[in-house]
Amino acid sequence: MMNDTKPQIVAFCCSNCAPAAAKIAEDMEKALPDNVKIIQVPCTGRIEILHLMKPFENGADGVYVAGCQEDSCKYISGIKKATKRVAHVKKLLEELGLEPQRIEVFHLSAAQGYRYVDIAHEMVNRIRELGPVKMNS
Amino acid sequence: MIVAEPKPVREIVEMVKDFDRILVLGCKGCVTVCNVGGSKEAGILASALRIAKRRSGASVKVGEHTLERQCDPEYIEEVKDMIHDYDAVVSIACGVGPQFLAERYPAARIFPGVNTQFMGGAIEHGIWSERCAGCGTCVIHFFGGLCPIARCSKSLLNGPCGGSAHGKCEISKDVDCVWDMIVRKLMEQDRLDDLLQFKPPKNWTTARDGGPRKLVREELVR
Amino acid sequence: MSEYKSGSNLEKVLRAGQFAFTGECGPPQGANVEHLREKARHLKGCVDAVNVTDNQTAVVRMSSWAASLILKEEGLEPNFQMVCRDRNRLAIQSDILGVYSLGIRNMLCLSGDHQRFGNHPEAKNVFDIDSMQLIHAVKTMRDDGKFLSGQEIDTPPKLFIGAACNPFAEPFEFRVHRLAKKIAAGADFVQTQCIYNMDRFRQFMKRVVDMGLHEKCYILAGITPMKSVGMARYMANQVPGMDVPQSLIKRLQGVGKGKAAEEGIKFAVEQVQEFKEMEGIAGVHLMAIEWEHRVPEISQLAGVLPRPQL
Repeated sequence: MMNDTKPQIVAFCCSNCAPAAAKIAEDMEKALPDNVKIIQVPCTGRIEILHLMKPFENGADGVYVAGCQEDSCKYISGIKKATKRVAHVKKLLEELGLEPQRIEVFHLSAAQGYRYVDIAHEMVNRIRELGPVKMNS
Repeated sequence: MIVAEPKPVREIVEMVKDFDRILVLGCKGCVTVCNVGGSKEAGILASALRIAKRRSGASVKVGEHTLERQCDPEYIEEVKDMIHDYDAVVSIACGVGPQFLAERYPAARIFPGVNTQFMGGAIEHGIWSERCAGCGTCVIHFFGGLCPIARCSKSLLNGPCGGSAHGKCEISKDVDCVWDMIVRKLMEQDRLDDLLQFKPPKNWTTARDGGPRKLVREELVR
Repeated sequence: MSEYKSGSNLEKVLRAGQFAFTGECGPPQGANVEHLREKARHLKGCVDAVNVTDNQTAVVRMSSWAASLILKEEGLEPNFQMVCRDRNRLAIQSDILGVYSLGIRNMLCLSGDHQRFGNHPEAKNVFDIDSMQLIHAVKTMRDDGKFLSGQEIDTPPKLFIGAACNPFAEPFEFRVHRLAKKIAAGADFVQTQCIYNMDRFRQFMKRVVDMGLHEKCYILAGITPMKSVGMARYMANQVPGMDVPQSLIKRLQGVGKGKAAEEGIKFAVEQVQEFKEMEGIAGVHLMAIEWEHRVPEISQLAGVLPRPQL
């Protein structure tokens, strides 16, 4: 059974890797899917739990965080904090009867233009399979 | 501080499932310090409730507000107008808060959003440990500054028991044996006599065992 | 010759300077009186007194006072055990009057394992008083004729007071002092936790004797025969405060399949012989839990039969 609705995704990307990767992707003519909204942050460590929940309040079906590898975070422990907060939100989603896979953390480096776009596609596909945030019956 | 843990969101959603206008009330006291009931946590809980209600298709209003404390009447008074805009209140203060709210606003439906646990302090960021059981007769100076009532699983005054092993309590490897600590400390300080002194049975009337407590300070009462 | 404190058989045996031999019996997890009587019958004639445990390991069993009474009916002398975990001082003093009135004369005062170990972990904690305070309470009731409240008792209970001693628990340096404290509080006799490390126990007893504690209190050394290599390993690794030397485990392994129990009994018998000669030891406490039917054999081999009739 194919789900035709376009899932709405919000992505938080760190300014250390995202802009450079985005530029590379653009040069390679690899496009981001249009249903992924990018929010750039100075470092993923700045993302609070509330920031990760607000998109779900406002109609998003999936959220992801894209940041540096743990050993190359410019602010040392930013991505580590982000990973813990995403784990916490996964638990909250479960408590609310939603699939924890609707939120995720991905790692990439500034050079990985293709990965930057691939992550977006991966998340779109994942959310398409899960379907939109369902109404309770 | 008073240390509390959050109630599972699932439980809170269930509590307020019949209500469409919910107020989340935080507290800037102890629960802010232990990261469970401050304005940040009020925001997160309010967001979670909105997400839950979105799924139910109900049109819902979830408000949030944080009081200085929820254990003094003058702060409870602050929400007297706001509270009429809501059908239910989830208080994420310690157990005192929801009760003060319920007493002042008898018509309102008040729900507790946290499970209040103990009086304790932070060991490191994110980890709190019980230190005081509120027994009403503090005698920590007889035990090298450690409290056997709160920290010994059996509240022994003439410990340790035979279950103390490798400095840990018999109930769990995560619980330090306070009597091991007391004995080692006093023996190091050459205070064996203090340890050998027989401690008679405790007078529990000043603790909760004696009944719900009230403290009146005559010199302060107007 | 001063009066007996309680006039119990155990007290008489110890006072007469005879090497005492006590056993243990756990009440059933139900009202199966027949099974209890059966266990008791194995012990009859082999021991001077029998410990009756009190909700051991926080598992609900027939109450110690009731099981003690049943054992008394079978002609055995019970060592009524009471833990501080389940009763407040009212129930404690009340039960002491009760058991004494029913003819029970020995009482062991223990802290009790925390209820989290047992089958009712959600129960409320009591621990109104601790084992040291319990020992002192029984002494006060007996010798001063007073309740903890200071009020006079109408016919005070005269019990022979026992306590437990764990020579190997931590902090190790403090254990002999804790024993001294229990004796000062009123313990007439103590039973140690089961011993396997004889060297270490000898060191402990040397300190006990140096402090003259053996002259103020009768010390019974605890023995639990090993039934298998598995049991030896379990005791070594899973039971806090238990010291099981590798040499013993190897000895049990060395005898080959199916023979470990016999070797365990052999070791226990050797221990009894050694305790008979050890300064400061007034007797042995044999804990052959759920192995009561082997007690006649063990006591025969250990040379403690017949028991003195005083």
